[in-house]
Amino acid sequence: MTQHPLAVTARDLVKTYPGGVRALAGLSIDVRPGEVFALLGPNGAGKSTAIKILTTLARPDSGTATVGGHDVIGHPGRVRRVIGVVAQKSGSDPVATGRENLVLQGRLYGLSGTAVRRRATELLDRFGLASAADRPTRTYSGGMLRRLDVALGLIHRPQVLFLDEPTTGLDPDARTALWDEIARLAAGESLAIVLTTHYLDEADRLAHRLAIADRGRVVATGTPDELKSSLRGDAVHIDLQAPPGDEAVVLRALAAVPALREVTLDGRRISARADDGAGAVPAALAALDQAATPAAAVTVARPSLDDVYLRHTGRRFADADNAAGASALAAMAGAR
Amino acid sequence: MTAIAAQTWWMTQRRLTALARQPWFLLIMLIQPAIWLFLFGNLFRRIVELPGFGGGSYLTYLAPGVVVMSALSSNMWAGMGALEEIERGTLNRFLVTPVARSAIMNANVAEQALSTAVQSLIIVGLAALGGASFAGGPAGIALLVVAAVLLGTVFSALSNTVGMLVRQRETIIGLNTMLLLPLTFLSPAFMPAALMPGWMRRLSDANPVSWALLSAREALASDPDWGSVAWRGGLLAALAAAMVALSIRTFRTYQKSV
Repeated sequence: MTQHPLAVTARDLVKTYPGGVRALAGLSIDVRPGEVFALLGPNGAGKSTAIKILTTLARPDSGTATVGGHDVIGHPGRVRRVIGVVAQKSGSDPVATGRENLVLQGRLYGLSGTAVRRRATELLDRFGLASAADRPTRTYSGGMLRRLDVALGLIHRPQVLFLDEPTTGLDPDARTALWDEIARLAAGESLAIVLTTHYLDEADRLAHRLAIADRGRVVATGTPDELKSSLRGDAVHIDLQAPPGDEAVVLRALAAVPALREVTLDGRRISARADDGAGAVPAALAALDQAATPAAAVTVARPSLDDVYLRHTGRRFADADNAAGASALAAMAGAR
Repeated sequence: MTAIAAQTWWMTQRRLTALARQPWFLLIMLIQPAIWLFLFGNLFRRIVELPGFGGGSYLTYLAPGVVVMSALSSNMWAGMGALEEIERGTLNRFLVTPVARSAIMNANVAEQALSTAVQSLIIVGLAALGGASFAGGPAGIALLVVAAVLLGTVFSALSNTVGMLVRQRETIIGLNTMLLLPLTFLSPAFMPAALMPGWMRRLSDANPVSWALLSAREALASDPDWGSVAWRGGLLAALAAAMVALSIRTFRTYQKSV
């Protein structure tokens, strides 16, 4: 078989659970080899269902998907050999030690005795678990368990690593540590990483490219920067040293700076938008100097992923997340 | 095929290690049979004098009954372990590796078989201490253990299937509470079928617990009718194989719901 150019492809995946809950409504993504790809969305956007289908756990009602060039529906066995999976729930065996968990996992991929023991030791060292290696995992902290989960997913050197909400429930320190580890993984080998998250900052920080999922489909794809620049412009704020004597002078001066749009003046504060905010600043400052109304402070703010989400779904991200949480609670209450 | 055998071995080793690290669990598994043995052994001691029973020692009659009943009651809870592994995410972790579904289930069967065999042998030992005799000797005892393991396999596979399908502890608890005593008393565990009312005897004939007991008691007799041992034992083995096959198929249904 020839090398497949894409690590993961998903086309029009649809999945409805018994009870009529439509988790996926035509989701499509492409993941390139060696990149970190984030599927970003609020709770209930269908992220976990997409991961379950791509990792051969669940089957879609319709649509197609390949991982490592293998069809997830036609050849799930081939897909399982090339993927590592870190699910939301740990899944490690609590009465077994970290090392035993790793060795068994390696055995299931057919690794031989010496190879699997060497690999287990290597991963325990790499994930800072060496001192806890021979303790039952029920004694591990949340952060340690998560690191063990990632190690379990890597035991057989997969081509594609799936991480389903890897940092949910971790304290900030453990979260930062895991981010560093994921970033290092991505830099090292030609491993493609597909992660789901409902943290905007996580996607922004880790992902080379990301897809924003909403109600079971992808509403926007690109690099974090591409998505933000698609909003056409940074916000530029300039504070003057003193309120200008004549506002018209200031506005006329800035109107001569072609990069600035939507210029408004409120007391000492000027607000404008620019395609390239940082690039527009020198000309704006020079114009203000010439008008004898020098600036005291300048800020250029790039649009956030939250702005991107708002633009594509018409809702603020946090509102969507809360709404999903609330409806899930209502559904649980209803089921009682 | 060799891959499945190797995978079954690794998965079984995992479960046996877990079992060995919870020795109190093994102890609990033995307390109840010991109570049955000595409580019923003393309470019903004179039952052998009933016309139609055939005389002899009641403890000798009872011992295989307690072995089989204990195999039934401990294996019925297998589904709780399956549920725990589902809830913890362990099952899903295995299902996305290349491990064969049959290896996962076979490991459950192997673990249950081994713990049932150990449990059965200890009950036989306790009964022998209490004065029960086993005329069939080591061969008869071995066949009693095989019958107990096969019956245990039927009910652990059933319990795993129910656990995976329903995914509710309450259902397993309810089912076990509902089944254990009727299945035991509708079998010749404590009382020969000859002393049962006619309708009960017919139910007993269709009860796998009776198949296990009748073939085991026959094998333990001083002059066994091997045809009868083989016939009922074969029936039990076929049912066990069918239940394990059903539990492996249940993975497919389970995966539709995740």
